[in-house]
Amino acid sequence: MPDIISIIAAKYNYWMFIILMMIGLYAMIAKNNLVKKVVGMSIFQTAIILFYVSIGAKKGATIPILEHAHSEHANAAGSHIIQSADYVNPLPHVLMLTAIVVCVATLGVAFALLIRVYKRYHTLEEDEILAQIREK
Amino acid sequence: MNQQLPAILIIAPLLSALIINISGWVNKKLCFPIAVAGLGLASWASVNLLLRVLDEGVVLYRLGGWDPPMGIAYYVDHLNGLVLTVVSIVALLNLIANKKTIEQDFPEKTGPFYTLYVLMVTGLLGIVATGDAFNLYVLLEIAALTGYGLLAMGEDRAPLATLNYLYMGTIGACFYLLGVGYLYIVTGSLNMVDIAGILPALYQSKAVLAAFMICMIGVWLKMAFFPLHAWLPNAYTYAPSAASSLIAPLVTKVMIYVMIRLILTVFTPEYVFSTLTVSEPIVWLATIAIVMGSIFALSERNLKKMLTYVIIAEVGYMVGGAWLGNRTGMTGAILHIVNDSLMTLCVFLVAGNIVYKVKGYAFKDLKGLFRTMPFTMGAFVIGALSIIGVPPTCGFFSKWYLISGAIQAGHYGFMVALLFSSLVNVVLFFRVIEIAYYEPFAEGHGHNVLPEPMAEAPLMMLVPLLIVAASLIVVGVYTGDIVNYIIQFAIPKEIV
Repeated sequence: MPDIISIIAAKYNYWMFIILMMIGLYAMIAKNNLVKKVVGMSIFQTAIILFYVSIGAKKGATIPILEHAHSEHANAAGSHIIQSADYVNPLPHVLMLTAIVVCVATLGVAFALLIRVYKRYHTLEEDEILAQIREK
Repeated sequence: MNQQLPAILIIAPLLSALIINISGWVNKKLCFPIAVAGLGLASWASVNLLLRVLDEGVVLYRLGGWDPPMGIAYYVDHLNGLVLTVVSIVALLNLIANKKTIEQDFPEKTGPFYTLYVLMVTGLLGIVATGDAFNLYVLLEIAALTGYGLLAMGEDRAPLATLNYLYMGTIGACFYLLGVGYLYIVTGSLNMVDIAGILPALYQSKAVLAAFMICMIGVWLKMAFFPLHAWLPNAYTYAPSAASSLIAPLVTKVMIYVMIRLILTVFTPEYVFSTLTVSEPIVWLATIAIVMGSIFALSERNLKKMLTYVIIAEVGYMVGGAWLGNRTGMTGAILHIVNDSLMTLCVFLVAGNIVYKVKGYAFKDLKGLFRTMPFTMGAFVIGALSIIGVPPTCGFFSKWYLISGAIQAGHYGFMVALLFSSLVNVVLFFRVIEIAYYEPFAEGHGHNVLPEPMAEAPLMMLVPLLIVAASLIVVGVYTGDIVNYIIQFAIPKEIV
């Protein structure tokens, strides 16, 4: 039993993102309200963004800005060699900037579609919409 | 100039989308020529690229001069050179053919429609050209988001159907992104060729297996592979005809290209077909996809919806062919990407012409169409023969490769499914042809019905359709050359 706890504790960021992802997926599959589905979709996307952000992190590392990197000190001696372990990995974070833009755009399109669906059926409950479609 | 071709391919439509949007405010008449110019330039670039690839092999383009794996690179080889050409030419022909329908359907919104259209083609071309796994995700979402916009412009149930597509499409793209994240954790790279170089040492890793399966499920969702297909039929049926005849031929086929690219370049055939033992169940899944797609198509009483189920069956053809794991099957799958794009374009353009003239696409609206629209229905017959797989048309040859690949691999279930689907297609299309050819005579007992005057679609819609129909036969005749000079080099030597 302690083994499992230590396994979970060692990789807790992965467990968190998987839990969040499943909450989002559950909302998308099980919820009846179309807005709640969009919320679930947003949680789902955010979970993956968190996953990416967390894999860039390192213990005891700082932001990836090199001080004096372009000054004379840097070239003068090999005294301070840059250790990659001292800095968090910026690449996944930069990738996620793009993914966040995609998220926002998807959300915008989804809301625009929701407005059109509401104008057409005057409800956003999926079962009521399906009932209306079946009546015709 | 020649060195910059891969950049022109993407930038020409991207910039023209911007200019169309601005000029839409000034003068709506400017939008169409700019869109044609942008896509024409892209087609020119892709044809030239393909010729260059045939000449000198793989073309590597470093965006901004940054070397891979740090920078983003575009790799164009025989496989995506071929797909790029098909995508750009299909998009261009469809744009010209649909000028009238776009003006008829959205007289106020032509500017935004052309903008979305050209942006979507940019996304699709980018997906095919790029050699960077994350870049592919971004372009995937560009193509998807513009696609939602185009599909939702349709009538009645279109917004609801598109919303369902948006949920499923987003899950698919997110799964792909997650798979890329796993790959990044184990390899530290996003460049496809670089990843392929690092992976062999990690073939036993569970993380690589997870990455592969998650990527595959994401891509299957996007291509509407059978159990994940539920979003497709309604989204494509209720869409405006200009949008559905762009999206139906291209999006599923581009996603199949992505799957083949992941198998051949990123994970390498050795890993996919030797280390993993999943190809058997996946081919069975493809078999079920073909059978179910055909059966669903049989139950439809509506031309456009029937065609969407035919697409689902065709997706099964290509997934199954790619996963047979032998050279013949893979050749068939790649050839079918080309052929199916053209066939689907042909039949969807016909549906567009019918909607333009008759304002409906249920089977009862098709009565007597052979008399009123002989050229359109002639093209429909050629498209139908090609989907069924009758020899001079191109559909026969890819089906031939797929069936012989199935026999080589000993997958008789897949072979039977292919034959079954051909038979069902015969029923499907001849039912339509019968209604369009004979129905009015049945009502009037063959004597006292006056022949209706010809009411053919305008020439601008007819000429591209006839070009596509002719190309089905031309591609069929030149299949040997396409396989020998292009597809043969697209498949790595490990696959025998």
